Amino acid sequence: MSRRGALRLPPGPGSPGSQARFSIPAAAFRAAALIQRWYRRYVARLEMRRHCTWRIFQSIEYAGQQDQVKLHDFFSYLVEHFTPSSNHERDFLNRVFTEERFPQDAEMEKFSDYKSIEVPDNYTGPRLSFPLLPDHAAALVEAFRRKQQLHARYVLNLLHETRKHLEQLPNITRVSTCYSEEVTVCGDLHGQLDDLIFIFYKNGLPSPERAYVFNGDFVDRGKDSVEILMVLFAFMLVYPKEFHLNRGNHEDHMVNLRYGFTKEVMHKYKTHGKKILKTLQDVFCWLPLATLVDEKVLILHGGVSDMTDLELLAKLDRHKIVSTLRRKTRKENGKQATKEKATPPSGAGRPTPWFLPQTRSLPASPLRLGASGAPRAGRSSSIPCSCPADAKEPARRARRSVDLELDRCRRQAGLPVSPAQGEPLLCTPEADSEAEEPPEPTQEEWKQVVDILWSDPMTQDGCKANTIRGGGCYFGPNVTEQLLQKYNLQFLIRSHECKPEGYEFCHSRKVLTIFSASNYYEVGSNRGAYVKLGPALTPYIVQYQANEATHTLTMRQRISRVEEAALRSLREKLFAHSSDLLGEFKKHDADKTGFITLSDWAEAVESVLRLGLPWRMLRPQLVRSSTDNTLEYRSWLEDLAKEQLSHENIQSSLLETLYQNRSNLETIFRIIDSDHSGFISLDEFRQTWKLFSSHMNVDITDDCICDLARSIDFNKDGHIDINEFLEAFRLVEQSCPEGEASDCRQATSTTDGGCSKPGTH
Amino acid sequence: MSSTKHFMEISQEIIASEYHKKIKDAFEVFDHEANNTVDVREIGTIIRSLGCCPSEGELHDLIAEVEEEEPTGYIRFEKFLPVMTEVLLERRYRPIPEDTLLRAFEVLDPSKRGFLTKEELIKYMTEEGEPFSQEEMEEMLSAAIDPESNSIHYKDYIAMMVVDDS
Repeated sequence: MSRRGALRLPPGPGSPGSQARFSIPAAAFRAAALIQRWYRRYVARLEMRRHCTWRIFQSIEYAGQQDQVKLHDFFSYLVEHFTPSSNHERDFLNRVFTEERFPQDAEMEKFSDYKSIEVPDNYTGPRLSFPLLPDHAAALVEAFRRKQQLHARYVLNLLHETRKHLEQLPNITRVSTCYSEEVTVCGDLHGQLDDLIFIFYKNGLPSPERAYVFNGDFVDRGKDSVEILMVLFAFMLVYPKEFHLNRGNHEDHMVNLRYGFTKEVMHKYKTHGKKILKTLQDVFCWLPLATLVDEKVLILHGGVSDMTDLELLAKLDRHKIVSTLRRKTRKENGKQATKEKATPPSGAGRPTPWFLPQTRSLPASPLRLGASGAPRAGRSSSIPCSCPADAKEPARRARRSVDLELDRCRRQAGLPVSPAQGEPLLCTPEADSEAEEPPEPTQEEWKQVVDILWSDPMTQDGCKANTIRGGGCYFGPNVTEQLLQKYNLQFLIRSHECKPEGYEFCHSRKVLTIFSASNYYEVGSNRGAYVKLGPALTPYIVQYQANEATHTLTMRQRISRVEEAALRSLREKLFAHSSDLLGEFKKHDADKTGFITLSDWAEAVESVLRLGLPWRMLRPQLVRSSTDNTLEYRSWLEDLAKEQLSHENIQSSLLETLYQNRSNLETIFRIIDSDHSGFISLDEFRQTWKLFSSHMNVDITDDCICDLARSIDFNKDGHIDINEFLEAFRLVEQSCPEGEASDCRQATSTTDGGCSKPGTH
Repeated sequence: MSSTKHFMEISQEIIASEYHKKIKDAFEVFDHEANNTVDVREIGTIIRSLGCCPSEGELHDLIAEVEEEEPTGYIRFEKFLPVMTEVLLERRYRPIPEDTLLRAFEVLDPSKRGFLTKEELIKYMTEEGEPFSQEEMEEMLSAAIDPESNSIHYKDYIAMMVVDDS
């Protein structure tokens, strides 16, 4: 929000009050004007800093989302090019690529079987009994406020009941203000329980007179996603007619792998976490897609596209859309999966990872925001299927179905399902569909759902692919208008995007973005908000910031705090690319003086990081010492490194590489750790790293990895506790004060196999 | 002499090209659609963050220069760049030095108390010069007013703001 000072001249002679005016000397007038002029410039500079800070956070966030696409590409690449050279490697690949089958009903019963779970006598947390009463739900909120944890048995019980309820709901929920006089709509919460508690405190608990709609993205990023889900589901069961949920793009087990929800569940529920995740995967698919208030106000998580078809959305089987990141498909090049039993071909069939789409329906590599000269991508968001229509295809499918038959026979016979000697055991979604699987979504259906969960509004007319997020589209005011007219609606409420004030109107107030996670990027970064609708459907916005500290800060102080956090992230990223940066800097320093101009610095940094940030604006905060417009780049890079490293033993280049790929590594770990045990073997780690680094052209030797592993001191039995590794990693990145470097190391070491908690030194 | 003139021209070119990049960066921060336009209401912020300190009147004149003939509410980069480059090359709308600012406060405090009361500050800022909006006034008060004395000790205030600004 920029300052818009009104230009008001003092009244001329003869107008009321002008008598008084003449007695004030002109000097005072000029002095005031000068102060105002100075002050407006000061504020403008703060505004600029605030916008830059926002851009930093956003670009890092979206770059992370793009990474997800890159990760998919990496595994696609593996699938197409990697030939296992030994049984060992083949087995390993199989473990990674074995289809995580969508649970059948019978299996689901097994997964959500909570009755067999015993609650120990010394359990002091909240207990649930069904059917739930309003008091139970309120008590649950209170228990969570006091930092208690709900036992896995009750979690699964609640999820079981939730699923039963959700299955009966239509895709588009209808709400009427005739029954409940007011409807409160909340946006993204992202695991921030404090905000939910605050909303209930300020607005009141749900009741038959107080309807609520929660518009998706309940989980990921924040630390209390589980508790938020429990509260939301509990109230939904207690007030089924008044409490409504929409699915967001984060209600998706694939997205959760990357953005923290999976990790949170496994951390809080070590024994039963896997069951909980599996059940949740199902529950998420049953969440309704949108809510309609009085047939006039449409509430959905992301947005719309020029192809959005509410009738189609109302009719499709939403349960088929397991993840919006990937769409299973039966057909490849129009051919149906065959059931014939043929002899396996001699060539090794390419296994397809369960987390990859069969056809490459992911969008092409996202274009960088603001890439000059590069034309914006067109409306199409798929790249053509690149499956070769060669002879291997039918044979491969046949082979898979043979394997599956064998598999089924083994299971029926009660034998362990294990791969035959040297033969990979492969299950594929294609083969699954031959069982009692629900039919898969069509391309059209899938795209409709992706559009409403991922799209963002833009100010210009039109509709184009949302290349920043990698899914959905950008939709303009004309698209909104078209949709509202087609379905006789008044306006849209959506979420999906963080806004500094917690809300934002656009498209001539026809679209309202509502975002309920305050301080989303950092304490002080933004307010949260919710919107209330009465029978007149006039939106009434309430803002808040769930952190006392921010209230007493001035604008300047708030901006400084958030800015510092953004710059820290940015410096981390810069450090992660030190080698590349050095290379670029050298290019600008042909005479090898060791110096480059600040302008060259900005160019070099952008060409390496490709974040589309205004580097010249940010330069004063990132480059501390510079004399006469030049920079001694080596010492600048060294200073960066000093900030990040506190541990002499770890090679800086290795650390740098790991930093660069940290989120990818974490996601890869979680994919490898298919049983969610939290452990992968050192061997698997090495294998994966080898594959990954060769694909990414990263030069790391085996020994380096081993040294690193050892220096972070894993339990010596050859297993890596993923969480320990990553936590230790995070400990290293925090700069230790001088002289405490060795203490830091002590804190991360596990002496008797016990895990040390981070931050306990 | 001609070679000196030539040299000056080339230096100007280099400087101008540096300015171009700076202006582009600042502009892009507000170019949300990445289509080389910004909302006209953000132009003030952009110009000021590039080191200029125009009055509101001067700002309005500048906007008139870069607006379309039929104002669309958006400013295009192609129009903005040459005008802004000239502004920077001519060093127009220079920032106000600290001591000048101090003297301005002292004009408003003729009895040289060293402070202005909250009421006085509000009166001057909202009734004189190019008056503040209510929002601007509240923001300034939140940082400037010492809650105990309900006044602004302008010398300290200036010192604090200047440090923050660099």
